[in-house]
Amino acid sequence: MAIIKESIRNQITFSQIPFGEGLKKGVQLTPEELIKVVRDSNIRGRGGAGFPTGMKWSFTAAAKGDKKYVVCNADEGEPGTFKDRVIFSNWAKLVFEGMALAGYAIGADEGIIYLRGEYTFLRKELEKQLEEERAAGLLGQNVAGKEGFSFDIHVHMGSGAYVCGEETALLEALEGHRGEARNRPPFPATCGYLGKPTVVNNVETFAWIASILVKGADWFKGLGTEKSAGLKLFSVSGDVERPGVYEFPFGITVEQLLKEVGGEGAKAVQIGGASGHCVPASNFNRAIAYEDVATGGSIMVIGPQRSMLDVLENFMEFFADESCGQCVPCRIGNSKLLEGVRMLQEGECTSKYLNELCKLAETMQIASKCGLGQSSPTAFLDIVKYFRRELFSGQAF
Amino acid sequence: MTEQSVNAELISVNIDGKEIQVPSGTTILEAAKKLGIRIPTLCYHDDLCIAGVCRVCVVEVEKKWQLQAACAFPITDPITVHTHTPRVRKARRHILELMLSEHYGECYSCGRNGNCELRSLAQEYGVDGYRFGHVEEPECEKDDIGFSVVRDMNKCIQCRRCVRTCAEFQSVKALHTMGRGINSSIGTYFDKPLSEVVCINCGQCINRCPTGALQAKDYTEAVWAAIDDPKKHVVIQTAPAPRSAIGEEFGQPGVPMTFQMNTALRQIGFDKVFDTNFTADLTIIEEGTELILRLYKNLVQGDNSAPLPQFTSCSPGWVKYIEHFYPEYLAHVSSAKSPQQMFGAVIKTWYAEINNIDPKDIVSVALMPCTAKKFECNRPEMRDSGYQDVDFGLTTREVAKMIREAGIDLNTVPKSNFDAPFGTATGSGVIFAATGGVMEAALRTVLELITGKKVEDFYAHADIIPIRGFEGCRYVELKIPEEVGPVPDLIKHLVPDWDWIKGATVKVGVAHGTANARKVLEDIKAGGKFSECHFIEFMACPGGCIGGGGQPIPTSQWIREARAKVIYGEDNDYEVRKSHENPDVLRVYTEYFKEGPCSHKSHELLHTHYTPRGKFIE
Ligand SMILES: Cc1cc2nc3c(=O)[nH]c(=O)nc-3n(C[C@H](O)[C@H](O)[C@H](O)COP(=O)(O)O)c2cc1C
Ligand code: SF4
Ligand code: SF4
Ligand code: SF4
Repeated sequence: MAIIKESIRNQITFSQIPFGEGLKKGVQLTPEELIKVVRDSNIRGRGGAGFPTGMKWSFTAAAKGDKKYVVCNADEGEPGTFKDRVIFSNWAKLVFEGMALAGYAIGADEGIIYLRGEYTFLRKELEKQLEEERAAGLLGQNVAGKEGFSFDIHVHMGSGAYVCGEETALLEALEGHRGEARNRPPFPATCGYLGKPTVVNNVETFAWIASILVKGADWFKGLGTEKSAGLKLFSVSGDVERPGVYEFPFGITVEQLLKEVGGEGAKAVQIGGASGHCVPASNFNRAIAYEDVATGGSIMVIGPQRSMLDVLENFMEFFADESCGQCVPCRIGNSKLLEGVRMLQEGECTSKYLNELCKLAETMQIASKCGLGQSSPTAFLDIVKYFRRELFSGQAF
Repeated sequence: MTEQSVNAELISVNIDGKEIQVPSGTTILEAAKKLGIRIPTLCYHDDLCIAGVCRVCVVEVEKKWQLQAACAFPITDPITVHTHTPRVRKARRHILELMLSEHYGECYSCGRNGNCELRSLAQEYGVDGYRFGHVEEPECEKDDIGFSVVRDMNKCIQCRRCVRTCAEFQSVKALHTMGRGINSSIGTYFDKPLSEVVCINCGQCINRCPTGALQAKDYTEAVWAAIDDPKKHVVIQTAPAPRSAIGEEFGQPGVPMTFQMNTALRQIGFDKVFDTNFTADLTIIEEGTELILRLYKNLVQGDNSAPLPQFTSCSPGWVKYIEHFYPEYLAHVSSAKSPQQMFGAVIKTWYAEINNIDPKDIVSVALMPCTAKKFECNRPEMRDSGYQDVDFGLTTREVAKMIREAGIDLNTVPKSNFDAPFGTATGSGVIFAATGGVMEAALRTVLELITGKKVEDFYAHADIIPIRGFEGCRYVELKIPEEVGPVPDLIKHLVPDWDWIKGATVKVGVAHGTANARKVLEDIKAGGKFSECHFIEFMACPGGCIGGGGQPIPTSQWIREARAKVIYGEDNDYEVRKSHENPDVLRVYTEYFKEGPCSHKSHELLHTHYTPRGKFIE
């Protein structure tokens, strides 16, 4: 398989973690002790929402169920992110080990990787490496020598809807239904795949857990910021000299990051994908961390030559298309926002109507059923807030 | 509420300052209802599983930044809820405005004018303009090709009640969600007209649609035209179920209005008003005889060409369901026509003859609780009189509309009886309207024919209670006494004696809603207890005909129970309560079907055959 090395731009910790070690260490602990390590590391989910992983695992461990599941969210659908692909291409075994650790912690014997349809080309290599893990005793019966602990993993191919990255839509898709978000609560921790307690974590989260077992919870906790512990992989794209995957500690400012990637002079940076925040140059001193601007790792740099209206149109087209369509605020709301952008392009949107749309955007944030509709208006609100004059002038400046 | 939550621990919840304790798992919506607090809903329906898609019911739950859908939020920890904060009010209004921005509302001319949930909510929540635009022109064509259901997706707000109804209640899945985002819609297989997919015309989706997007095909104009034509002799037969519900259209829910309705129908201009109970009783004789014959052939003569269990055939939604989904079981379905169609055949033959009317001048109308009856009367096999046996099927809603259009207030018209020669109704005919009713009526007759005794000797007041109720699939065993009577004259030519059945245990089943029918059929397939049944009643609609797709809107379990009460109340009030005692029925056998039930002539006019359709239609 063609390993996509060229897009790795700096030293990434995963390269230093020997395969197998984290898992072997983890199963020496009791499940409770293992969860405590995860908890003590302060790691939060790397998929975007940033939910504390230790807490998620302890809920799932505590949930009653004759069968439990570990699901790896490898849908990587957020525009501008590709770090999960790079992780799978280079350190897939760390992800498998993280999943096995989750299985051990919560009492699951089955793991499922929900792999983005566009990543079908990775499947063969993943299957091969899973086979190697089985041969090495790191999957299957008595995993890593732990008497009585069985765990195995299979790969399920996704089929191309962005919303299927949302964990409950993902579970619906896994079950063979239309990929649409469920009502939450109940959360997957108590009622997930096939109604059983399920841990859903991002690819990167699992890889970090395996690394934490090797290097220690304190090591991880000591990096990053107080509320955003550890290191994070970033997918950097857009108007920069050196696009690719980078590892930085949480807390890095936008400015520092731009310097590292050759993106100085940017007009704005879209952090966290289309559903994330748009940070204008005047705010480049802001920190990338849950305390300030959160992200699942997507950094899209917008150069001075770009029209913010075009950027916004692109995002809103994406959401109007990718909304699963079940709930009213998201299905119709996104198309109204897109319509508004088009009106701006035609010079037909009044300031008053734009204000109405912003109020609507706020309703979408609080009344939509899932994270898609709740976060899709974020960029709209940011861009209107910071670039209002440009939007009305109809041209970039 | 689920069974589990009955024993669940109690959780305190505070809604708008009022405290209540509810079992863990209760939703905010249910808790609010208990407190008498109204939270608006739209995609929610009492009968259906929770969708949580319209977001109209959002409320503020303290400590949560996002609003929560009250219908979908299970209370498992103590919470404090506010149902009408500024954020909530603004969100609700936005949501309604968004729906209206997509809805092609031609409210004045809409069949749901005055009964549209979208319109009431818009009014209730102060929508005062089309903030986000409005659809000025319809964007897609209406699907009104079939005989029963009309779909106008220009009015659809994608609440998905129809999808859930068709899947959960009916297990048909003719409707589903298609596309994504702005392109999502409710559609059929390859977006074909509903009449060209597996739809069984039950109309359950219509009853649960909050808007005018789904409606029954309206034939009132054609019926008015017939009434206005002096050359036409326009008769109407009225099924029992509409009587239990028409009061709802005139502000009198739960009040039987049979005899006022008769007067109103005559005032409208129908020449004769008949009681479909006549042919319900006739159905019992024909279908009951067929059952006795099948039992005799299978159990005594070892001839299983007409296999057991016998399935009822009076619900046209059910008939189309089995034609589509279980065509391999069609031989089980009784060949007896439904009461509507028997009536049609008798009117344009015997009735025409004895009254000296040319059948071509007769316009035969049927008031039914049902949309599938519209399809049924148009089936090509239903022309045994030489004409289309029944010309128009009208729903309860259409007849209520005609009554209103004629300026009649049903509450004030005097009562009057049905017209002869189909004027004597029996209690057995009336209970056809409720799930289990056909079975009870059949058993009343079969028991008496076999034992020569009164049903009352076995069941107090002839109420065969074990058959009744609303459980989806019911299985009941009844013992035939050791002592049997002589074979009555009516069917003497068919069985010699009753010795072969005395002391036997008769096993019967009842299923209502085709999702339950599927369960029973799957059980039969798997060789379960229903495969041992002798006779099974199937009704396409939940609750039976009282919950039919042509009944007043809205519907709910509570409403259906109230209608059932009216039906059993009427049964109680009738002097004649058994089909084989109906003097009009006996007369038709002495004067017309002289060779008795299941004879050559009765087969010609009162029996039919079915069409295996399968799931894929060309
Ligand atoms: C619309 C939408 C798309 C999402 N897509 C992804 C995705 O592609 N990958 C992912 O890991 N998480 C995605 N998420 C977040 C998941 O719902 C979930 O929070 C995550 O998988 C949990 O894992 P973590 O705690 O390890 O981050 C998405 C969420 C939403 C609302
Ligand atoms: S917010 Fe959007 S994606 Fe999520 S459930 Fe609603 S329509 Fe579907
Ligand atoms: S009429 Fe019945 S079968 Fe047809 S779509 Fe509606 S609910 Fe489904
Ligand atoms: S047709 Fe009616 S019930 Fe079905 S989704 Fe549309 S509005 Fe709802």
